Amino acid sequence: MTFKHIHIGKLFLLTSLVMLVTGLLMGILASLNYVIPGHLKEILGFVSLRPMHVTLVMCWILLGASGCVYSALDLMFKTRISSRLALIQWCLWILSIAGILYSYITKQFGGREYWEFNPLYALPIALAWLLFLINFFKVVKGVKDWPVYIWMWMTGIVFFLFTFIENYLWLFPYFREHFTTDMTVQWKVNGSLVGSWNQILYGTSFFLMERISGQKKTGRNQLAFFMYFLGLFNLMFNWGHHIYTLPTESYIRYVGYGVSMTEWIIFIRIVYLWKQNITDIQKHYHHFPYRFIMAADFWVFLNIGQGLLMSIPAINIYTHGTHVTVAHAMGTTIGINSMILFAACFEFLNVKNYNTKILNRFFWFVQLCLLVFWLALNIAGIKKGIWQMSATQIPFAQMMKGLFPWFLVFVISGLFLMIGLSYIAITLIRSTSIIQTKSERPN
Amino acid sequence: MNLKPIYIFSLLCVVFLIYSFTIYLTPAYEDLQKGSNTEAASKGRLVWQKYNCQSCHQLYGLGGYLGPDLTNIFSSPGKDPSYIKAMLKSGTAQMPAFELDKEEWENLLQFLKSTDASGTADPRKFTIQADGMINRQ
Repeated sequence: MTFKHIHIGKLFLLTSLVMLVTGLLMGILASLNYVIPGHLKEILGFVSLRPMHVTLVMCWILLGASGCVYSALDLMFKTRISSRLALIQWCLWILSIAGILYSYITKQFGGREYWEFNPLYALPIALAWLLFLINFFKVVKGVKDWPVYIWMWMTGIVFFLFTFIENYLWLFPYFREHFTTDMTVQWKVNGSLVGSWNQILYGTSFFLMERISGQKKTGRNQLAFFMYFLGLFNLMFNWGHHIYTLPTESYIRYVGYGVSMTEWIIFIRIVYLWKQNITDIQKHYHHFPYRFIMAADFWVFLNIGQGLLMSIPAINIYTHGTHVTVAHAMGTTIGINSMILFAACFEFLNVKNYNTKILNRFFWFVQLCLLVFWLALNIAGIKKGIWQMSATQIPFAQMMKGLFPWFLVFVISGLFLMIGLSYIAITLIRSTSIIQTKSERPN
Repeated sequence: MNLKPIYIFSLLCVVFLIYSFTIYLTPAYEDLQKGSNTEAASKGRLVWQKYNCQSCHQLYGLGGYLGPDLTNIFSSPGKDPSYIKAMLKSGTAQMPAFELDKEEWENLLQFLKSTDASGTADPRKFTIQADGMINRQ
């Protein structure tokens, strides 16, 4: 066996599933601090557990997104992917993840929120992403009349690299010495990074829908391109809704507000197409990848609705800095990103060897746990929002004690959610191999 | 007229780059950024990152959720530098104790001082306008 026999897409998807399972475990260990203050403080503590959780789940999304693009490109243009380049990309990721986890365990931080590791470990990630970009363009360069999903993958890959580099502008004293600009750039980056991986995953969703429905025009019609450009427009300019309270220039806040409001178009479209979606669900329900896309659509509806309200500054002032924001972040990464990734894993890993009945139960179990988890965070957030706006504030610690029942629901539902998601992930890991089958090998 | 995706994509990218560089260069033409421009505060930001304070604490409502927002801790009644220092040294049930050297401590203090001077993060000190935007009172 040589490296050419390794199925690149599957290698990335399987690695991402391992990241998910370990990331979930770190998440539950970190969340215990909400009900057992100082849990594991002397060994790792929240200060290490939170970044470990965030890094591992971001790797689930980013490696998963890379695996989706490679798997889809492999199905479309069999022999064009450079396995050597992709394997170097994978090794750079593994090297970086190992370094990051080591630095968190030994409490050597130095980076910004979500990227708390020493910036040195960002270099292999940037290099890996550059190789991904080269490999992608190598495959699609001769293709004419790109369908919308190739546009979305290209956008996600290019913008992730740009934004990831932008993420390290704080290394220059010029930025650090200007606090407000520094914070503005930090949240510009955070908003656009999420937008970038969303482009890759929504592109994958388009690709999967075209494959499941068999309708070749899904990825080429004008509406699909309109939605793509709307997403790109938001990726570029809507991030100002994160920083309404920051003393930044008012045009930045107004641009963020105005652009965010264009997402009402997506929300209204979902409501408008509701009936047709129900018909489609009934038609393809038996197919697991479709079922996960259906779940992602439901969570898009819920989270876009919530996100739109939170983007109105008059409402944002109540939710900003509260657990409503956490609910939104969890709702989108688990409900939307992870559901699309599971759909992609079931389709691309070609998993057949599983118990449909049990898996179906776990599917619904996960949706229910996520709903309880999301509601508990929202209620805790609303209560904190009321506290932070009240004229006579009780001390912070006392307010947090008052939220204990909702934190308990959050932790218990989170534990069940971890069990459900891990079962699905482990089922996928056990049922597939990264070695290409004879039919998958290029002639 | 049938606009090709590449034209729309390119146009958006150009506008995005202009917007990005306008933001990067803001300090060069705008003098509104109070409470910044000190080397010690800039180094203090690195201390904040070195000890991963952001995992639990927020600045302007951005950061972790386990601890309180520290944007205006420097000017909070009864929370002078000696209180902050004692808190860091002893830790709490939730927060570990931190051993900062003299220089780190001075820089962190300058960072918190400059953050405090940049504005208020208290949501009660904002008013809501007719268009839905919020402004400091």
